[in-house]
Amino acid sequence: MEVEAAALMGKYIGAGLAAIAMGGAGVGVGHVVGNYLSGALRNPAAAKEQTAMLFLGIAFAEALGIFGFLISMLLMFAV
Amino acid sequence: MAVDKEPKGEGGLEIHPMDQFAIKPLFGDGDLGILTITNSTMWMALVLAAVSALLILGMRGRALVPTRIQSVAELLYGFVRQMVTDVLGEEGIKFFPYIFTLFVFILFSNILGLLPYSFTVTSHIAITGVLALVIFCTVIVIGFMKNGLGFLKLFWIEAAPLPLRPVLAAIEVISFFVRPLSHSIRLAGNMMAGHAVLKVFAAFVPALSIFGILPLAMMVAVTGLEVLVAVVQAYIFAILTCIYLKDALHPSH
Repeated sequence: MEVEAAALMGKYIGAGLAAIAMGGAGVGVGHVVGNYLSGALRNPAAAKEQTAMLFLGIAFAEALGIFGFLISMLLMFAV
Repeated sequence: MAVDKEPKGEGGLEIHPMDQFAIKPLFGDGDLGILTITNSTMWMALVLAAVSALLILGMRGRALVPTRIQSVAELLYGFVRQMVTDVLGEEGIKFFPYIFTLFVFILFSNILGLLPYSFTVTSHIAITGVLALVIFCTVIVIGFMKNGLGFLKLFWIEAAPLPLRPVLAAIEVISFFVRPLSHSIRLAGNMMAGHAVLKVFAAFVPALSIFGILPLAMMVAVTGLEVLVAVVQAYIFAILTCIYLKDALHPSH
């Protein structure tokens, strides 16, 4: 019983720790968009062609955070 | 994401936020087989019907001055075609039907999934995983068919100094094989996260009585964000498909 309770506690603490990854994704996405914006304000003429790159950068930065979120969800509901 | 057998009411929430992703048979309570009609397959069929209705009804008239529905269909077609030619060039236009199908299917299932009481097809990794694996296999097959063993140049970066190349090759190989995973999880994770957040906020509304207006207002804002995410994720899935296919067509960077 003691062991089971400790395992349950560890599961939820682990899920919480894995969710920290989303914070990193937030920082990453903010960095991408901020740099895009500062570049776009310097040269607005070239900004339009780079929106695809903007979304790509967001997607790549976000993916790693989503991995952490997935681990968190797996710990909460699947393990 | 497939979540079966949810413990109800765990964590003090009346409605569990993950309940909405449960796959249930539409008729009866039998076990799930390959041919069972579930809520997932029903919503996939509805997505198919909506796409067909838009494109068939929209292009029936073929008027020179488009009607409203025709201009929506043309806008969708033009947008995806522009995306394909931008990334793959004119020779990539033979992949256009495939990418158009992917984009429209994901876009419609994301948006139909935003309706109350609906089921988001793309929130399950089983479905996005198959889409991503098909793209992954297509890239490998087309890459070897078009370039032969030259396709392996994708991993051997000649712009880098020689001692670094084996290290870079190892990294490139790993990142190549992680692609189907990240490609599918990005879409499913985004859809699942947004819907779970909506349900968590929804549970706060009755709990706070009069102050429930605050999470309610927040939910309206998050729903607006979700519409944006639905469109952007469909776009990202399609443009990443284009970029992976570009690797198959031109492996030497």
